[in-house]
Amino acid sequence: MTALTWHQLDRPHHGAHVTATVSTQDRPHGLSLALKAISLAFGQRRVLHTLNLQVAAGQFVAVVGRSGCGKSTLLRLLAGLVQPSSGQVTLDGQPVQAADGSPDHPVRLMFQEARLLPWKSVIANVMLGLQGTDARVRALQALQSVDLADRADEWPTVLSGGQRQRVALARALVHVPRVLLLDEPLGALDALTRREMQALVGDLCRARGLTVVLVTHDIAEAVALADRVILLEHGAVAVDVDVAEHLPGRREDHPLVLAALEHQLLQRVLSGAPASAEAPTAT
Amino acid sequence: MQQRLYRLSAWLPVLLLLVGWHYAAQSDWLSARVLPAPLAVLKVFVALAASGELLVHLQASAARALAGLVIGGGLGFLLGVLTGVWRPAELLLDSSVQMLRNIPPLAMTPLVILWFGIDETAKVFIVAIGTFFPLYLNTFHGIRSVDRALVEMARSYGVRGVNLYWQVILPGALPNILVGLRFALGFMWVLLIVAETLAAPSGIGYLTMNAREFMQTDVVLVGILLYALLGKLADVLASLLERHFLRWQSPGALKGGAA
Ligand SMILES: Nc1ncnc2c1ncn2[C@@H]1O[C@H](COP(=O)(O)OP(=O)(O)O)[C@@H](O)[C@H]1O
Ligand SMILES: [Mg+2]
Repeated sequence: MTALTWHQLDRPHHGAHVTATVSTQDRPHGLSLALKAISLAFGQRRVLHTLNLQVAAGQFVAVVGRSGCGKSTLLRLLAGLVQPSSGQVTLDGQPVQAADGSPDHPVRLMFQEARLLPWKSVIANVMLGLQGTDARVRALQALQSVDLADRADEWPTVLSGGQRQRVALARALVHVPRVLLLDEPLGALDALTRREMQALVGDLCRARGLTVVLVTHDIAEAVALADRVILLEHGAVAVDVDVAEHLPGRREDHPLVLAALEHQLLQRVLSGAPASAEAPTAT
Repeated sequence: MQQRLYRLSAWLPVLLLLVGWHYAAQSDWLSARVLPAPLAVLKVFVALAASGELLVHLQASAARALAGLVIGGGLGFLLGVLTGVWRPAELLLDSSVQMLRNIPPLAMTPLVILWFGIDETAKVFIVAIGTFFPLYLNTFHGIRSVDRALVEMARSYGVRGVNLYWQVILPGALPNILVGLRFALGFMWVLLIVAETLAAPSGIGYLTMNAREFMQTDVVLVGILLYALLGKLADVLASLLERHFLRWQSPGALKGGAA
């Protein structure tokens, strides 16, 4: 398991509430994902075009691409929030169900904005939709894993942008998801906070063996965090790089390889023809 | 310290006015019939209070104001929620309500008197009309301006139905609803004054109109001051409500409250 060193905040969750089928130690807790020949159009605009993608359970995939190329749409598809015009999306072989808020839905989404309810305390935000008498204890544990347990009773308004994102991450993790979809969650943070958050997200997701799809516009972030980087272009996968293959062992031992990889990917993105009729920066 | 000084300085003009008034009245420059001295007004105030007469009128006015607010404001709030959350209700009702809102409530007075005579119902009705619109409009607008992203997020975490309204939509609309309440409280007094001066067997409006008949300028002034005080009281109440319910907006206040 790739160990990104930062202060080790994660405390493995006590599996009391997990439907005793998975042991985090033996095999990944995450689900495998498969998109088969997906096409999707909004009216006249074709966004995805016979896209094929397989993600193994527990894999950390980063998706990069020009603005408006359909990255967010891909995530919404995986969350079951939009339906493809044709093709099939499966989680662990099963068709996805809409992320309709059932408490044990395996997929959780995180956005660029933290989307915390400002009128609820930090811990109440984490407890949103959480069932059971131990909800508060679990929420507190989740906050502890993002190092914010001591801010539990404060209003979100007083937190910094990075702290708000950590609360949002805790809120997603407290539901013990098996797939985490991240839509540029660090895009609005300053460089330093972003570095710290990257390490935290990487650590927490890997420790839980989650399948992660991270959409980012920062190729350095993609290369630093993911096992695999995918470039989306013209509605399909244009480049698929196995970072883990290039970089066995600890990633920070190979800064030059990382930089070279980043450079190559960037060149590739820039050389690609702009997406048909450059879309206004969609969120 | 400095803040306290600032706060005190806000009272300075009032104080100067009182002192000026006092000397103007004493120097016979102002006739008592036009404007009795402040101390005379105070004396009448104390006498009216001691005899219990003041309390009777205060109670009568407050009861009307409150009844009007509860009925009109309450209906405005409920209807605002209904049109805010349910599109068919908006289509059906909103444009009619927007049209009616352009009628000044006092323009309804002759009609109201024809319907209800000049008894209690008429006064409560006028106050109710006046408080209905600010609450309706602001509740509707507040609900519509709740951040869609927050609603979507809450839904994705399984918050739905009544819970969604209670935990997300109403709190999100609350700043607007409280603005509506503040306006309603303002209108409430204005309308009540006019309604009570038309005809009433009791109330502060009755007190002043009755005093006018007997040229008791000091009693008229007591009535006017009472309205000012009650208006201020309503305002303070509204801002207390805001400070309590919207304390998440000014997080500095958090440490003080028991969160
Ligand atoms: N609900 C929608 N209705 C119509 N068009 C949409 C919708 N969502 C996204 N699009 C369009 O689909 C394209 C891809 O959007 P998106 O997936 O948000 O791009 P990205 O996240 O890569 O920037 C854009 O051109 C956008 O305008
Ligand atoms: Mg996007």
